[in-house]
Amino acid sequence: MNRLSISNLRVSIGEQEIIRGLSLAVPKGEVHAIMGPNGSGKSTLAKVLAGHPDYKVTSGEVLMDGEDILALAPDERARRGLFLAFQYPSEIPGVTIANFLRAAVQARLPEGEELEATDYYARLYEKMDLLEMDRSFTSRSVNEGFSGGEKKRNEILQLAMLEPKYAVLDETDSGLDIDALKVVAHGVNSMRGPGRGILVITHYQRLLDYIVPDHVHVMVQGRIVRSGGKELALELEEKGYESYDEVKDEAGQPAMA
Amino acid sequence: MEVERNVGNFAYPETHTHDAGVGLTEKTIHYISDIKEDPDWVREFRLNAYKTFLSKPMPTHWASKDLEAIVFDNIRYYLSAGTQPKRNWEDVPDDVKRTFERLGIPEQERKFLAGVEAQFDSEAVYSNIKKAVGEQGVIFVGSAEGLKNHPEIFRKWFGKVIPVGDNKFSALNSAVFSGGSFIYVPPGVKVKHPLQAYFRINAENFGQFERTLIICDEGSELTYMEGCTAPKFNTATLHSAVVELVALKGAKLQYITVQNWSANVFNLVTKRGIAHEDAEVKWIDCNIGSRLTMKYPGVIMKGRRARGEVLSIALAGDGQHQDTGAKMVHAADETTSNIISKSISIGQGRATYRGLVHIPKHLKNCKNNTECDALLINATSRTDTYPAITVRGTGNSVQHEASVSQVSAEQIFYMQQRGLTEAQAMSLSVNGFVNDLVRQFPMEYSVELKRLIELEMEGSVG
Repeated sequence: MNRLSISNLRVSIGEQEIIRGLSLAVPKGEVHAIMGPNGSGKSTLAKVLAGHPDYKVTSGEVLMDGEDILALAPDERARRGLFLAFQYPSEIPGVTIANFLRAAVQARLPEGEELEATDYYARLYEKMDLLEMDRSFTSRSVNEGFSGGEKKRNEILQLAMLEPKYAVLDETDSGLDIDALKVVAHGVNSMRGPGRGILVITHYQRLLDYIVPDHVHVMVQGRIVRSGGKELALELEEKGYESYDEVKDEAGQPAMA
Repeated sequence: MEVERNVGNFAYPETHTHDAGVGLTEKTIHYISDIKEDPDWVREFRLNAYKTFLSKPMPTHWASKDLEAIVFDNIRYYLSAGTQPKRNWEDVPDDVKRTFERLGIPEQERKFLAGVEAQFDSEAVYSNIKKAVGEQGVIFVGSAEGLKNHPEIFRKWFGKVIPVGDNKFSALNSAVFSGGSFIYVPPGVKVKHPLQAYFRINAENFGQFERTLIICDEGSELTYMEGCTAPKFNTATLHSAVVELVALKGAKLQYITVQNWSANVFNLVTKRGIAHEDAEVKWIDCNIGSRLTMKYPGVIMKGRRARGEVLSIALAGDGQHQDTGAKMVHAADETTSNIISKSISIGQGRATYRGLVHIPKHLKNCKNNTECDALLINATSRTDTYPAITVRGTGNSVQHEASVSQVSAEQIFYMQQRGLTEAQAMSLSVNGFVNDLVRQFPMEYSVELKRLIELEMEGSVG
């Protein structure tokens, strides 16, 4: 029950099948990492879990704490505790981070209940301090004119504020220098705990030096081809993904991102 | 796509004691003049305007064929609740109070209404000049009272900023006008709080032709706020106002409108101000709702260093057409004007920007800045921009920027992933788009506008 459970998932965009029978379970309290080469379908998996309308699930199921979420709208999945840190977060011109997050936190309250502004700001500032973000960020428009690092920090700030049951981090390390990476990893690590499952999607092993996973999965051609402990990440770093080429051959036509 | 209108879609029983009937003839004009006990010069003014109205063509050649749907013979040109302007809240009819309630005007603001003039139908039902304002020598009355009791000021400026024959609808207004405000601010007087007027239409087939004239004498300052919503009826309703502003030397005059007409209203309004030396006229104009709005607030910068500004927001819901813009006429050296226009089109809504900037050859050091941004919500939404900029001579500068953007599916998905519904995401996005303009509005108006946008967006998705 206490897990995000994906079974035999198949996903297409147009005529192209991208995820081809993927199964994976992320229990609460654990951090799982999915690693894989470009075009293996990692980011597609992240978007499908969040309910992106461009993708079509042709078979399989996704259960969150035993409940099928595939029929739910993206916002319902979010309010029930699923969070996605985007690889490429959208800009929302004219909407400040403070107002945006406030609306998001408010959306999780029971109807008729108003968010207490002072409590909200106290929490917001606490999380911003954790992520070493300047207070002036609150009055900037969401992601507008942000550097790559600022965007990623902002994603983790939202993660920290919304406290989901399950968080999927899509290439959160891309575009970060080493200092920013450490700060972001610190933010994610502070979110680890028995009440939360985390799925980290990454191309490189580097992030996993700082967010040490309990389990590592290798994704190639829309499937999990191998699972192991954290040492698997190091092995991939050393040998690359070439050894999985034969899997690619079996799978037939190449998949797209 | 169905645009649900929750605001304004209600009406209360009508108790009109005077009714000019349907259609417009000279007899109608005499009827209105009799009822209103017009001075002779006003009666004559109306009759002349009526002739001009008949002789003017409809401006369909450059606007919208939709204007042809107006049948002048089916419109009532005068209705009155038969009540004299009231000064106490207790005297305000319950109907009217209920309407305010239904519009969701907050308790605090309702109290604030004790200091405003509110117009219901064609007469000011409720009018209470804030005591402090009166003590400063400010005249704040209905236009009928203005022309009778203050003819020496009223006559000097009435019809001078916008001549009767400016366009067919300014002529119509001049023939049948009733209601509207007359304000005079004496030299050097700075009116601290904005003066407000609320009004709405509450009679089927009834055109509202209010007439407002505001004069800020030398060095004075005033902000005037106008807001309106109308109940929804099956047949078209015509609203055709004329607003004239005069800012004498060094005066600052700001006129703010937030309006939310129901989807059957033709809103054809002529608004213009004259700014004398070192004076400033600023229009803040928000157009929400209506079937067709045609409105281009203008400023004639008549004196040196005069400034003109138009900030406008238009929201065209499904099936609506907002044809709005600004006119800036530079008529003296070193005059500056600024136009910022933002429009949002939803469903099959259409937003049109028309801007006229005129700087003649003999002038020096004039500046204009124009920015117009359009936001399209759906693939079927439409926006057009028609800037007409005439700049001659040397040392004059113009800057024009325009942009069209669309709310992207990725942006909505991103916001939904944070737990916002599609409608919430849309309204946040739209509010963000207009945010930098709205920030310049008085607080209560920006809150009201935000609420109107939310209501509009709620109906636009699903």
